Amino acid sequence: MTASNPLSFQDIILTLHEYWSSRGCVILQPYDVEVGAGTLHPATVLRALGPKPWRAAYVQPSRRPSDGRHGENPNRLRQFHQYQVILKPNPADMQDLYLASLEAVGIDPTAHDIRFVEDDWENPTVGAWGLGWEVWCDGMEVSQYTYFQQVGGLDVSPVSGELTYGLERLALYVQGVDNVYDLAFNDRQSADFKTYGDVFLENEREFTAFEQEAADTEVLKRQFLEMEAQVPVLLASKGRRGQPLVLPAYDHVLKASHLFNILDARGVIAVAERQSYIGRIRDLCKACAQAWVALESAGA
Amino acid sequence: MPQLLLELFSEEIPARMQAGAARDLARLARERLAQASLEFSELRTFAGPRRITLVVDGLPAAQADRAEERKGPRIGAPEAALEGFLRSAGVAREALVERDGVYFATLERAGRPTADLIAEMVPAIVRAFPWPKSMTWGSGSLRWVRPLHRILCALDRVVVPLAIDGLESGDISEGHRFMGARVPFRARDFDEYREALAGHFVVLDSEERKRRIVEGARALCEARDLVLVEDEGLLDEVAGMAEWPVPILGQMDPAFLSLPPEVIRTSMRVHQRYFAVRFGDGRLAPHFIAISNIETPDDGELIARGNARVLAARLSDARYFWEEDRRAPLESRLEGLEGMTFHARLGSMRARVARIEALARAIAPALGADPERAALAARLAKADLATAMVGEFPELQGVMGGHYARAEGLDPAIAEAIADHYRPQGPGDSAPSAPLTVAVALADKIDTILGFFSIDEKPTGSRDPFALRRAALGVIRILLESGLRLPLRDMMAASDFKAAGVAEFFADRLKVMLRDKGARHDLVDAVFALGDDDLVRVVARIEALAAFLATEDGANLLAGYKRAGNILAAEAKKGALPQGKPSRAANGPAEEAALFDAIAASRPHIAAALAAEDYPAALTALAALRAPVDAFFDKVLVNSPDLAERANRLALLGEVRDAMGQVADFSLVSA
Repeated sequence: MTASNPLSFQDIILTLHEYWSSRGCVILQPYDVEVGAGTLHPATVLRALGPKPWRAAYVQPSRRPSDGRHGENPNRLRQFHQYQVILKPNPADMQDLYLASLEAVGIDPTAHDIRFVEDDWENPTVGAWGLGWEVWCDGMEVSQYTYFQQVGGLDVSPVSGELTYGLERLALYVQGVDNVYDLAFNDRQSADFKTYGDVFLENEREFTAFEQEAADTEVLKRQFLEMEAQVPVLLASKGRRGQPLVLPAYDHVLKASHLFNILDARGVIAVAERQSYIGRIRDLCKACAQAWVALESAGA
Repeated sequence: MPQLLLELFSEEIPARMQAGAARDLARLARERLAQASLEFSELRTFAGPRRITLVVDGLPAAQADRAEERKGPRIGAPEAALEGFLRSAGVAREALVERDGVYFATLERAGRPTADLIAEMVPAIVRAFPWPKSMTWGSGSLRWVRPLHRILCALDRVVVPLAIDGLESGDISEGHRFMGARVPFRARDFDEYREALAGHFVVLDSEERKRRIVEGARALCEARDLVLVEDEGLLDEVAGMAEWPVPILGQMDPAFLSLPPEVIRTSMRVHQRYFAVRFGDGRLAPHFIAISNIETPDDGELIARGNARVLAARLSDARYFWEEDRRAPLESRLEGLEGMTFHARLGSMRARVARIEALARAIAPALGADPERAALAARLAKADLATAMVGEFPELQGVMGGHYARAEGLDPAIAEAIADHYRPQGPGDSAPSAPLTVAVALADKIDTILGFFSIDEKPTGSRDPFALRRAALGVIRILLESGLRLPLRDMMAASDFKAAGVAEFFADRLKVMLRDKGARHDLVDAVFALGDDDLVRVVARIEALAAFLATEDGANLLAGYKRAGNILAAEAKKGALPQGKPSRAANGPAEEAALFDAIAASRPHIAAALAAEDYPAALTALAALRAPVDAFFDKVLVNSPDLAERANRLALLGEVRDAMGQVADFSLVSA
């Protein structure tokens, strides 16, 4: 609707890669451990800590087991894709950089109503919060824009600016489509044209059934305990250079966190228990954050 | 006279903080200007999405010169102390004056240029600015609500040079992000600034933005014979979200109108910040008004369509919840309340529901409500908390329960009790009056108050995290507005919580409420001292008492009461007052016997009036004592040397006091 031949889902990704690459970002691959949000990729949550400058961009499949709708809801997915940018320290013209990226994907800010609407971001499971906005395009939230203030319970300095584009929402908007499964994944004109549904519908169906119905909660609970127990063990273990094994420990935190999310989707976590689970994950995350800051500050 | 123009230009300031920021900027500027002894004729502040602005007119070019006296050491203090003082004050010894054994130096202070003072004042204001939430950014340590980009600071059309953490002042600002030239502009005084902003599509004044929104939205509606659903809170918010507000009328699929209107309105307001639109007859219309921040060549057509799609997605979600939620009866939701913690020390929401149910059943008969139906309404009152819709829209608690109750065919009175039991929710909300609703509403509030008091979570000062004051005021309003004769103690006795101080808490709330309505505080105290906890009766007594004291009889009788009280108190200090009833003193002064007769005559009238709860009549009966009391004090010597006479007269005064004390404790009434 915004252009005669709007970008496909993958062209939006490629355009953003090109855009942020030319602004000094390392273009990374999605983290290969299940996460609920792009922020949790160690390239954001750990790199936001410590004094070293860092610019990165990547796509992150984000799994939210509770949001699964068996592929039957046109707007809700248990796995969606976030395009994540982290700029540390945030440049003074970060808002302008962001707005230009919207133009790059085909949103003309003089034809649409682009707004920065207060939304303070917080992720209690990783002890992180920041101030910023939801960015609205004609009333639709297309991105989350945050200046991190704390990560892993620690104040950050310098401050990282984080951009999270909801790729499916952005694509729905750019392509003028109402059902996520109808999005053009690649070029609509191509002989090899695929929709988003061709690529991901079966995935939604099976994983919703798994996460909300079939998953064995006893197994999940046991796995959670195992992952949890490994974190302090790994942080106490040393690599060749005498460093704690922060990155492997953090992987275990992510796995514990995802297991918790499935247990939550299975509806077996009582409200009172919920806080305690979140607190345990936060403590593990904080331990990793502290070890990482010590390592970074030591210049390792 | 010089004018100061200051603009602090930043990234988007949360709408809810803007009005406070304008007030804080004005307050801080006034304080600093006063400290610097700088007078001015007018001070204005403005706040908008990306800037807060201060304009001060009529400043002097410099402070006035002034003489300042500084106190030095005592005369005869060691020489070193005196020399130190002379050095620090920068005056010669000859210039000192001696007074009261101390040296004083007079320092002539040349007034400093205003610009210098402003250059110090602005960084101090910025660093001390009380944003509700602030942040750091980049590699700096300055805190502001969002990154601060420009400081425009000009005095008398000259830039006041200053820097805050490397950010230097200038005479440059920016206009709208996307409209107009999109280049920074210069401004050195307020007229230039305001004009430049308008030329760059920024409306500086929030009142002007609101006016444009309301007028534009009304015009859009009227053109289609529709009516804007006005909403002050939403207007304040959207006026803080657009520098160039442009109302746009959007379409909604009429099929969504089958949803409860509260759901549509809440989805519009909370999620999308849209105004709702209705037909002339009050029904919601399939339209909305969005406030955009931009004028586009297509008159917002694209924007309206985009917004309509977002609303449709939101309402589809809501319809999904509405349909899913109605698959299961409210009763089945109780299980879901087990897992919801009401408060760590007060158990789950399910446990709370059980308590409210028992309470509602216990108090229902006194309200003329059927105990079993009251118990059922109470049991289901919180069930909607476990529905998907209330999970999505917490502000629809109660309202949704009512809808679901009606949808499953429950008795309309029960549905109404579920829907309205949170009321009254504020001064502008009416108190429920239907017996079933009242039973549940009172049970809900009493359980909250007693529960938190029992774990010692009482409101203190401005802290009332569980809104117990509002709950108490709700109870009071429900009882008074329906004239319900339900003593507080009876209601509290029906709860299992044991808590101290609740009666006093209610008394305080009632006092605050009555005082806000203009009742005299001392009269409230005088009636409360009787220990009555039937609020309807308490208020009736206070009103009658106020009317009585406004009459001449009332004022004089009060004076007589005070005099009697003083004499009794003075005599009690000398030794125990004589016991026993007075007798009719046939041989004493006529006034003594007359008072005895008057008291005896008034007694049955007072008793009958009190029994009938006719307080004006009780006070009229008391008024009959006024003349005899006055005459008694005129002619009779209470402190007679004859001990029997003294005893009888004191006993008479005691009777007067006791008779009056049945209506109120007059000792607490101020004359």
